[in-house]
Amino acid sequence: MKPMTRNTYVYILWAVFFIALLLFPLLQLDFYSEMVSRIVILTLFAVSLDLLVGYTGLVSFGHAAWFGVGAYGFAILSTKYQVADSLWVTLPVSLIAAAVLSCIVGFFVLRTRGIYFIMVTLAFAQVFYFLVHDVPAIGGSTDGMNLYGRPTMNIAGWDVIDLENPLSMYYFILAGLFVSLIFLWAFLRSPLGRAIQGIKANEHRMLSVGFPVFKYKLIAFIVSSVLAAFAGYLFAVQSYGVNPELLSWHKSADALLMLILGGMGHLYGGIIGAFALVLLKELFMAYTDWWQMWLGTTIVLLVLFLPGGLVSVPHRLKTLLGRVS
Amino acid sequence: MDISIGPLLIQALNAIQYGLLLFLIASGLTLIFGVMGVINIAHGSFYMMGAYFAFTLTGLTGNFFIAVFIGAVLSVVVGLFLEWALFSHLYKRNHLEQVLLSYGLILIFEEIRSVTVGDSVHSVPIPSWLNFSIPLGEIMTYPFYRIFISLVCIVIAIALYILINKTRVGSMIRAGASNSGMAEILGVNIKIVNRLVFSLGVGLAAFAGMINAPASAVAPGMGMEVLIVSFVVVVIGGIGSVWGALFAAMVIAFADTFGSVFFPQVASMLTYIIMALVLLWRPDGLFKR
Repeated sequence: MKPMTRNTYVYILWAVFFIALLLFPLLQLDFYSEMVSRIVILTLFAVSLDLLVGYTGLVSFGHAAWFGVGAYGFAILSTKYQVADSLWVTLPVSLIAAAVLSCIVGFFVLRTRGIYFIMVTLAFAQVFYFLVHDVPAIGGSTDGMNLYGRPTMNIAGWDVIDLENPLSMYYFILAGLFVSLIFLWAFLRSPLGRAIQGIKANEHRMLSVGFPVFKYKLIAFIVSSVLAAFAGYLFAVQSYGVNPELLSWHKSADALLMLILGGMGHLYGGIIGAFALVLLKELFMAYTDWWQMWLGTTIVLLVLFLPGGLVSVPHRLKTLLGRVS
Repeated sequence: MDISIGPLLIQALNAIQYGLLLFLIASGLTLIFGVMGVINIAHGSFYMMGAYFAFTLTGLTGNFFIAVFIGAVLSVVVGLFLEWALFSHLYKRNHLEQVLLSYGLILIFEEIRSVTVGDSVHSVPIPSWLNFSIPLGEIMTYPFYRIFISLVCIVIAIALYILINKTRVGSMIRAGASNSGMAEILGVNIKIVNRLVFSLGVGLAAFAGMINAPASAVAPGMGMEVLIVSFVVVVIGGIGSVWGALFAAMVIAFADTFGSVFFPQVASMLTYIIMALVLLWRPDGLFKR
């Protein structure tokens, strides 16, 4: 029998993962269903950042801004100004808003690199935080907004899916992740996606070969931001509310943390990272008094001793226990 | 007599004080970036640590200046320890790992603060012999302690200038900032320089927190606010440039202070608008060598 390649393992793991999530509601653990769908949203958020950090080589410390744009997009349309409840309107408008705003922000931040890029993305994310914190015209307040309802999915008078039903909502979120992953997978295999990964490997060479590096980086920035906005949209819809904390720097740091926990540059890293981070937090909150201390210590030790993330554990074990050749 | 001069003078004094304070924090940050190439987002926590040192130690010793002295020594010790235990292992790593490690540190610092001092807002009394106001014009007065902060910061800035430009250690630091590999080849013990610069940065940030504690509240979350503004200062000034940091800190402080007087609607944005303009013009900062 032919030995299985690494890719085959990855595909099998993907299949197991999605089947497990598909079957999860059958266990009828309502509380955990809610938690799992939140993790799925976080996964999408982490994966969207992976496109920037893991594939393009841009360490953004302001990704929560785009999560917030998606969430506030729905909140503003459905509750603040009550223009539209329909998913067919609110979702595209939120995503287009994210695309336009990230194009503008990207134009500024992509002029920098390295440490500058980290600081500048954090600063711009802070601008978005101030906006939803202080500007009442876009629903800005300390407490955020409670939303009236979830979007309707109405085609010619017929409700395709009733999102108020928790089970439908769960599967809708799962489908959202699935579609986004397929899109990313295809994107990364397209010539454009290959070129973007080339920028991470060697930006100067890509430039001298003649690729429009700035434009490609901007495209990666926009795509990543739109996917993060999609995650934020799903979050607002699922939790019936938005608040400025969705855009706080803690959220951006958490997204980076998920990537380093799970490992960057493979789409499954975001999934492992999202589950690992949420489970770690729950564990520390349930069993210790000082969860921040434990989480902080875990992060410090992780960075010092396991820079490749949890994904690198099998490989490390293999090198450690492998035969001397 | 123009009656609007008085309020403007008060705002200018406020802006100078804020700018000098920002400079103390950002100068350490920019030196750490410049010499070690490390991004440390826990730098704001050092500022917070200083403020809490001032609060607890003033309570224990009863004297603000003794508290500041002990606090400064403790902060430098904390800086030496952190550099030895954590940051010295990060110089060759990528920025993402540096960000995350210092994020872990922020969580640890916040938890230590929450467990030892609590989550409520505190204040530190102004030392009695400095607690008076000086008259400005006919009706207005200005608290002398704020002027005192500015004076102390100016003294520190001069001391920093002498240290960096006139001493042997300073030339090592400058050599490290411009090319640490070359400096090492030429016989500079870069490890010592790194440790020194890091603890100097921690000490400056903590000192800023301590000296400003009587003039403002000592509260959770104060570190991160200051950190983000300091990042903007470093971006405008250029990494590794201490005088760039001084200039940028003053620009930001005046824009922020006068912005909230003349354009209160956009005041919180003004800092970031300036940063965006600088990015358009000079993406590497104004004073990047």
